[in-house]
Amino acid sequence: MKGFVSVYRKELYSLFALPVFYAVAFTFLVLAGYFFYSAVVYYNLLSFQASQDPMMARQMNLMEMVLRPFFFDLSIVLLLISPLLTMRLYAEERKTGTMELLLTYPLPDRSIILAKFAAVVSAFAVILAGTLPGIFLLDYLANPSWKAILCGYLGILLLGSSFMSLGVFTSSLTQNQIIAAVLSFGALLMLWVIGWAKSYVGSTMGEVIDYLSIVKHFDTFAKGILDSRDLLYYLIFIVFFLFLTLRQVATYRWRG
Amino acid sequence: MIEAEGLTKYYGPLPAIRDVTFTVERGEVVGFLGPNGAGKSTTMRILTCYMPPTTGVARIDGLDCFSRSLEVRERVGYLPESVPLYAELTVKGFLRFAAGAKGVEGKKLEGEVRRVTAICGLENVAHRIIGHLSKGFKQRVGLAQALLKNPSVLVLDEPTIGLDPAHIIEIRRLIEELREEHTILLSSHILPEVAQICQRVLIINKGQIVATDTPANLTRQLQKSAQIQLRVGGQAKELAPALENLGGVQKVSLVDTDPQKLFVETDRSGDLRPEIARLVVDKGIDLLELKLVDLSLEDIFIQLVTEEPSQEGAQS
Repeated sequence: MKGFVSVYRKELYSLFALPVFYAVAFTFLVLAGYFFYSAVVYYNLLSFQASQDPMMARQMNLMEMVLRPFFFDLSIVLLLISPLLTMRLYAEERKTGTMELLLTYPLPDRSIILAKFAAVVSAFAVILAGTLPGIFLLDYLANPSWKAILCGYLGILLLGSSFMSLGVFTSSLTQNQIIAAVLSFGALLMLWVIGWAKSYVGSTMGEVIDYLSIVKHFDTFAKGILDSRDLLYYLIFIVFFLFLTLRQVATYRWRG
Repeated sequence: MIEAEGLTKYYGPLPAIRDVTFTVERGEVVGFLGPNGAGKSTTMRILTCYMPPTTGVARIDGLDCFSRSLEVRERVGYLPESVPLYAELTVKGFLRFAAGAKGVEGKKLEGEVRRVTAICGLENVAHRIIGHLSKGFKQRVGLAQALLKNPSVLVLDEPTIGLDPAHIIEIRRLIEELREEHTILLSSHILPEVAQICQRVLIINKGQIVATDTPANLTRQLQKSAQIQLRVGGQAKELAPALENLGGVQKVSLVDTDPQKLFVETDRSGDLRPEIARLVVDKGIDLLELKLVDLSLEDIFIQLVTEEPSQEGAQS
């Protein structure tokens, strides 16, 4: 991948040099902290009750009662913040005209796209790493399964990457960052709630719709299960939207 | 080195350029002149592979700009018109990125960045953020990135626009130095500049090339009538009718008195200066000055591009 490293480094530098990243990271981590704290405190309350009630004690499950809701809450915040991380990627380059530089350097389009995508995913991984201290605290207080936790983190990283691949695409559609963010948010929300239609469309269509639902595939990860079908869903999702972006960027040259 | 064959580019139904054909030889410095919206930038964007032409072929170093775009881009350094730069990067950071993007690797990268920084006089601002720099420095950063990896062809779109005179002279001097190693195509509004730097001028108007030659030849060719300026001591009033009777003289006008100054317009059949001189002396009038007035490049530009308001050409 010629030029990948240079573009990747430049994108990361730009991300960290601009205030949007810090606003997003701050919001994400404050909310994540609140969700985590609530889940742990609630679990703590239930544990007290369970100590009186042997039936209840058998049902107590750290993964199910703390981590799964925590990952779900994170995924909702992610839905809100990922368009904000991706909106500037192409829209800003076109607005400021730097696209003209980028496209006249000897760089293949796919290197540029992959580098931009990799940069936002890395930035998101950095933000996500900010939630790890809570998990370490949990490990100190209780005895969670690290494999299940890693699975959850892999899930949220894949979900985030999928969101961002769509965000890269919408950013390539327009010169306006706000429009890119709105389109991306709308499309993601649609994919999120598309599963609701399952109940009233036909059974075949229902299955298709259920499969398309972006958050359904996340559930298995949140439970701590690594299912190759869900892994594949996200990988295909990412490749599909990066491919669309590649086609879209190619049209810049045609339209001038 | 640079070949354009029948380049045509439509933006929707509007043609930006029509059938633009020219070549630039290796080591030449060619100026691209034309009013705003004539199609200079469009042509340059096609040559730098930013966009393909609707029809026609552009080649750099014999390579087609469309089908072998990546190889062409390796060979061309481009300064776009508005000098778009990443405002949040530092000068050094940006040049490092640009060098990496152009495929300068590892150890060579630092050296290459240092080389262009020195050429463009950016040492003192290397660690400043581009967004905080003045227009003149941004222009130099733009030029510096074009020079990275020492491309054989330089395409500079309005390299001196919006700069103060001191900076213009500096950039001009820089281009003078670069001509040794590079083939340069530059566009400009400023005519004396083009006349000074360029060996050849392409004048483009309404998307078509209307003239191409050396600045000197253009002046000669396009002068429809020659003007001779005459300064005499004594009675010029008597002189005027006599001059008008001379074969080839079209018009005589008295411009100034004391010393008397006349303009004699002649057709271009031959040089009338010796005859005029003889006539003046025969009349017993002192001949103080006699010279052929050359049309400036500005006058030619205005002649070719009549729609353009005259002040546009005169500013410099």
